Amino acid sequence: MKVLSLNFLTCAVKACKSSSSSYPLHPRDAELVQDEIEVNPDMLVNVLPRLDWAALRTTSSELGFPPLPEQPPTQEELRADDKLVRDLHHLLLETQISEGKLVCANCGHEYAVKEGIANFLLPSHLV
Amino acid sequence: MLPTPDTSHVPYERVYEPAEDSFLLLDTLSSPSETQFLHETFSPTSSSSSSSSSSSPPSKAGIPFVVEVGTGSGVVLAFITAHAKAIFGTNQVLTAGVDMNAFACRATVTTVAKAQADALAEAAGTNSGNSSDYGKQVPHGMYLGSVMGDLTAPLKPNSVDVLVFNPPYVPTSEMPNRPDTFKEDFPFSSSSSNKTSFDDDSYLLALSYAGGADGMETTDRLIAGLHEVLSPRGCAYVLLCAQNKPELVKERIRRMEGGVWRAETVGSSGKTAGWEKLQIVRIWRGSA
Repeated sequence: MKVLSLNFLTCAVKACKSSSSSYPLHPRDAELVQDEIEVNPDMLVNVLPRLDWAALRTTSSELGFPPLPEQPPTQEELRADDKLVRDLHHLLLETQISEGKLVCANCGHEYAVKEGIANFLLPSHLV
Repeated sequence: MLPTPDTSHVPYERVYEPAEDSFLLLDTLSSPSETQFLHETFSPTSSSSSSSSSSSPPSKAGIPFVVEVGTGSGVVLAFITAHAKAIFGTNQVLTAGVDMNAFACRATVTTVAKAQADALAEAAGTNSGNSSDYGKQVPHGMYLGSVMGDLTAPLKPNSVDVLVFNPPYVPTSEMPNRPDTFKEDFPFSSSSSNKTSFDDDSYLLALSYAGGADGMETTDRLIAGLHEVLSPRGCAYVLLCAQNKPELVKERIRRMEGGVWRAETVGSSGKTAGWEKLQIVRIWRGSA
C-alpha cells in the first residue's frame, strides 16, 4: 500500500469517526519498500488539493522521512519547486508499506498490514 | 472496445470469477454516456480542447479518488485503472480497492499490475513514432492499494469521488455465517499459507453473492453510508438485479436527505430474460 493511501484511510470503528485523533492512523513497526516510478509533476500538482497536509506531515515524520514544510505549497509553488515535487513523489507514490501496523490514536486498535494489505475488518465486539 | 484485464491468476475456488455482472460494469463505465459524464466531472481539461501538450492548468478540485468496494478478482478496478485515460479523459486518477476477502485483495493487486503493464505496452506500441514525450503518455491511473474491510468503513469521510460496487445481490434466506474455523487473516499467516477448508472457501464465495432479504441487505448498508463517504462532487455506480426491485431502490435514494440525491439507470443487460436481469445505477448529488 502506497503511503498516499494513509491520507484516505481512517479508523473503521464507528465511534472513532467523529474524533479528530482517529486520523491519520499511525504506522508502527512499518517495513517499507521502494518502487521506481517516473515523476509526473503535473499529477502531483493535482494530487496536492486532495492532501490533508497536517496528516501527511505526521505520517511523513513517523515513517522517518525528512520534515515537510509546515504549510502546504500552493499548486503554483509546487510546480516551481523541483525538489519538493521529487520528495513528495518519493514519499507518496514510490514508498509502500509492506508490513507493520496502523494504529488509531483514539481507540488504540491496531490494524495489521501484511504483504502490503491492511486488514480493517473488526473483531465482532467492535462492530 | 477496451481490453478486459487478465484474471488467469485468480483462485476462483475462493474469489468470485468475473461474470456477466462484472462485464456490465466494464461496458457501462466505458460507454459514451458515462465517459462523457466522467470527463465533464473530473477531467482537468474538461473544457473542450484536450491538448496533451506539456503542462496543463492545475485542477483546483484535485485528482479524483476512485474506490471499488468488493473488488473480487479486481477485474473492474484494473479496467478503470488501466483505461483511466479513456474513461476519465485523464490518466490522473487515484484508485483503491476494499474487499472482505484477503485472497480477493491479493488477487486485485496482481490484476491491476498486469492491466497497467498491458496498457503501457500498448501505449508504447502506438507511440513508437514519437517516444520523446512517452512519459507523459502513460495511459493508466495510479493504484494506491487494496485493503480488507467492510464496505466503506476504512475510508476517510467525504473522500471518494467515484465509488463502484458490484454487491452480493442474490436474495438469500440468511446472510453468510463465518465458520468457527475461519481466521480472517489466515492466508497471510505463513504456516498455513494456502490451506483453506472447504467451509472457509464456501464462506468467502457466499460473501460475494448472498444478499439476504431482496438481495439488498449489504447494498442498503452501502447506500446508507454514501452521504458520509462521497465527496461533494462524488458519485457511485451500483449494480442491481431485477429481484432487488431496482425502481423502489432508486425511489428510496431520491428521497434521502430531503431529495438532494439522484439515481438513474445508466446501463443494463436487458437482453437476458432470466431472473438475473442486471442494471447499473448511477447515484449522485444533483441540482435536479
